[in-house]
Amino acid sequence: MTLANEGRHTIAVLVDNEPGVLARVIGLFSGRGYNIDSLTVAEVDAERMLSRITVVTRGTPMIIEQIKAQLRRLVPVHRVSDLTVEGPHVERELALIKVAASGDKRVESLRIADIFRARVVDSTTSSFVFEVTGTSEKLGAFINLMRPLGLVDVSRTGVVAISRGPKAI
Amino acid sequence: MTAQRLTGAEMVIKALVDQGVDVVFGYPGGAVLPIYDALFQQKELRHILVRHEQGAIHAAEGYARSTGKVGVVLVTSGPGATNCVTGLVDALMDSTPIVCLTGQVPTHLIGNDAFQEADTVGITRPCTKHNYLVKTTDDVARTIHEAFHVARSGRPGPVVVDLPKNVVVAEGTYQAPVAVRHKSYHPQVKGETSRIEQAVDLMAAAKRPLFYVGGGVVNSGPAASQLLTSFARLTGFPVTLTLMGLGAYPASDKQFLGMLGMHGTFEANMAMHGCDVMVCVGARFDDRVTGRLDAFSPGSKKIHIDIDPSSINKNVHVDIPIIGDAAYVIEDMIKIWKARQHRADPAALASWWSTIDGWRKRECLSYVPSRELIKPQFALQRLFERLKGRDDVFVSTEVGQHQMWAAQFLRFDKPNRWLTSGGLGTMGYGLPAAMGAQVAHPKALCIDVAGEASILMNIQEMSTLAQYRLPVKVFILNNRYMGMVRQWQEFFFGGRYSESYMDSLPDFVKLADAFGAVGLRASKPDEVDGLIDEMLRVDRAVIADVMVDPAENCYPMIPAGAAHNEIKLGPDGDGNASPPSDEGMILV
Ligand SMILES: Cc1cc2nc3c(=O)[nH]c(=O)nc-3n(C[C@H](O)[C@H](O)[C@H](O)COP(=O)(O)OP(=O)(O)OC[C@H]3O[C@@H](n4cnc5c(N)ncnc54)[C@H](O)[C@@H]3O)c2cc1C
Ligand SMILES: Cc1ncc(C[n+]2csc(CCOP(=O)(O)OP(=O)(O)O)c2C)c(N)n1
Ligand SMILES: [Mg+2]
Repeated sequence: MTLANEGRHTIAVLVDNEPGVLARVIGLFSGRGYNIDSLTVAEVDAERMLSRITVVTRGTPMIIEQIKAQLRRLVPVHRVSDLTVEGPHVERELALIKVAASGDKRVESLRIADIFRARVVDSTTSSFVFEVTGTSEKLGAFINLMRPLGLVDVSRTGVVAISRGPKAI
Repeated sequence: MTAQRLTGAEMVIKALVDQGVDVVFGYPGGAVLPIYDALFQQKELRHILVRHEQGAIHAAEGYARSTGKVGVVLVTSGPGATNCVTGLVDALMDSTPIVCLTGQVPTHLIGNDAFQEADTVGITRPCTKHNYLVKTTDDVARTIHEAFHVARSGRPGPVVVDLPKNVVVAEGTYQAPVAVRHKSYHPQVKGETSRIEQAVDLMAAAKRPLFYVGGGVVNSGPAASQLLTSFARLTGFPVTLTLMGLGAYPASDKQFLGMLGMHGTFEANMAMHGCDVMVCVGARFDDRVTGRLDAFSPGSKKIHIDIDPSSINKNVHVDIPIIGDAAYVIEDMIKIWKARQHRADPAALASWWSTIDGWRKRECLSYVPSRELIKPQFALQRLFERLKGRDDVFVSTEVGQHQMWAAQFLRFDKPNRWLTSGGLGTMGYGLPAAMGAQVAHPKALCIDVAGEASILMNIQEMSTLAQYRLPVKVFILNNRYMGMVRQWQEFFFGGRYSESYMDSLPDFVKLADAFGAVGLRASKPDEVDGLIDEMLRVDRAVIADVMVDPAENCYPMIPAGAAHNEIKLGPDGDGNASPPSDEGMILV
C-alpha cells in the first residue's frame, strides 16, 4: 500500500563498527514496520572503527521523522543524515550482470553495454559479466534491456550516497 | 600505583559498588556461579534471592521507581535470561532504569547450542534500551559503568550486560568509573530557548489551557515535580496526569483534574477535548490517552516537552516541540514567564474553570453503594482514608480493573509513590514491585493492590517476603473474574464470558499462612475497616482477601478508538456510547 504523501528518502547513518550494529538497525526497521528499499553497509573509517549505512526507505513525513529519531536513539549511532532533505546529493549503485548468449544477441548485449558505459569483467565463449554503475534507475533500465538477450544472473550492491559540496556527514 | 588485577567476577562486584549500588535482585545458576562466589566473599552488596527471575526484574523496577536509582538484577544464562524478557520489556515501555547482568556460556561455546545457552543479546535487543556482550575481562568494568550511564540518563530504560563464564573467571585490569564523554550517546537535557519563549508566549495567550503531564516528570526526578507544581500555580492552569504521571502533581490540589484517558475522569477528558493550548510535559500521547486520533483535542495548539525526540510527533502532530529534560525546561519556562510578566487572561481562565467545575459536578467516579456487597471502590476509599496524611506509603498494582480503581481512588501528592505497569500492562508486576520498594524503604508501608488473577502470576515471591521479613501488604480486590476481561466481554462481546471466570481459586488466607504471612478476609462492607486496621497493624507480610462485587465495572470508560467526548459514565444510559467502531474493536 502506498499512501499519497509517501516519499522516498535516502538516509546515511554513521555507526560504530561493532558486532550487532546492523542487526539493531534492521531490527528497528522490521520491528516498527518501516520499509527498506535498499540497505548497504561498509566500514569507512578503520581507525575510528566507523561504518556507514545507507538506507533507502519510504514513508509519510511523520514516519520519516520517526525513523530518523529512532535511529538516533540507538546507542552506537553517531550521525543520521537525511540526504533527500539536506540538499543535493549523489546516489550510485553497482551491479554485476551475467548474460549468456551467442550470435546476434551476444553482439547486441555488448553494444548496449557500451551505451551504458558498462564494463566487461568476465567473458567466456558463451557469457559476459558486465559491471555497471549509476543510479538505481539506470541499473534497472540496463537489466531490463538485457533480459531478452539472455540475462541469467544479477547481483546489485544497493544504493550508496553522499552529499554534494564540501560538507561531510 | 599499579593497576588493580581482579577476576571478572570481582570486577562485577566492584563496578556495582562503585556505581553506588546497595542491593541486587537475583537468582543463581551455572554460568554466574563465579559471580555468586565473589558475592559471597564481600559485605558491601546485599543480594535478595527472588523465587523467579521475572520477580527479580519487577522488584528492581519497584526499587528503581520508588528511589529514582538504577535497579540491578543478576541472573544466569539461558532460562535465567529468558525469564527476564517480560520484565525487560516492561521496563522499556515504562522508561525504568535497570541494569540486568546475565550469565552466558563461555565464549568458545557461544553458538554451539551449549547447555543453557540462549542468544541473550539477540533476544533482548528489541527489549532493552541497549545491550552488551562482554568478550574480554578487561572490558567488564568499563561496560558495566557504561551500562549504568545509558540506563539512567536521557530517557531511562533497561540495559543488559551478558557475561560469558570464562570472562568472569579470568583476571584483568579493573577500570574505575570516569566521566568520559560517550562517543555517540548524548541525550539533550537543555531545551532550545527560542522554542521555550514561543511556548511561554502561546501559554500566556491561552483561553482554555491545560497541562497534560506524564511519567517523564517522574523520571526527571522530584525537582521536576516541584517545578511543575510551581509553574501550574503561577499560571493557574488546570493539570491532568497520565497513569504513569500520578504523583507528579499533588492530587489534593484544586487545580488537579484527575487522570485522563480511557479510565480517566470526565473533567480531565473533556478539558483535553476542549482546550485551546495543551502543555504536554513528559507524556507520550499513548493510545489509551488519546482515544480516536482524529478527534483528539481537535482545537488545541500543542506544546510537547520530552527528552526523547522519537516521542515527538509520533502519534500526534505538535506545534511547538521542545526536546530536553522536564526539570530544565520548566525552570526556563518559569523564568521567562516571570521575566515577561505574563499573566493568564483572568476572564478567560475564570470562564474555563467554571466550565470545568460544571464537568466536575458530574462526579464521574461515584458508584452505587451497597450494604451487602463490598464495592471495590468502597474498599479503596476506606483504605485511602487510612493512608491520608502519611508520607511513607508506596502503592503498586497488578493489571486490571483494580489497577484503574486504585489510580482513581488512591491519590498521591508526591512522585515515586505509585508503581504500576502502564505500557506493557504486565499482570504479576505488583507483588515483586512492592517487594522492591520495601527493600528500598524498609520502614515504609508498601501495598500491592491486586486482582485475584494477577496475583497468581508471581505469587511465589511471597516466599521472598518471608525470607527477608518484608512486611508487604497484598490487598486483593477479589471479584472471582479477570474483571477487566469480563468488562470488555460484557460491553463488546455480548456478555459471552469466555475463559474469564477464575475457577478453583486458592484459599488466599491459607495460602498466606503457608507462606508465613498473615491472611485476612472481608466479605461484607462492615468488615472492611477492621480488615484494613489489622492489615496495617501487623508488622508482617499480609494477604488481605477482599471479596468484592464480581459484577462491578470500571467507569468512566472511553471505548478503544472512541473520542474523549464519547466517554461512557455508567451503566444507566447516562452518556452511553454507541457500540465501538470496527476500528475500535481491533484496538486493545
Ligand atoms: C489496563 C490499563 C489501562 C490503562 N488506562 C489508562 C488511562 O486511562 N489513562 C492513562 O493515562 N494511561 C492508561 N494506561 C497506561 C498507558 O498504557 C500508558 O502506559 C500511559 O498512558 C503512558 O504514560 P505517559 O504518557 O506518561 O508516558 P510514559 O510511558 O511514562 O513515558 C514517559 C515520556 O516522558 C519522556 N521522558 C522521560 N524522561 C524524561 C525527562 N527527564 N524529561 C522529559 N521527558 C522525559 C519519555 O521520553 C516518554 O515520552 C493504562 C494501562 C493499562 C494496563
Ligand atoms: C501477563 C498478562 N496476561 C494477560 C493480560 C490481559 N489481562 C489484562 S487485565 C486481565 C485480568 C486481570 O484480572 P485480575 O487480576 O483479577 O484483575 P481485575 O481486572 O479483576 O481487577 C487480563 C487477563 C495481561 N495484562 N497480562
Ligand atoms: Mg479479578
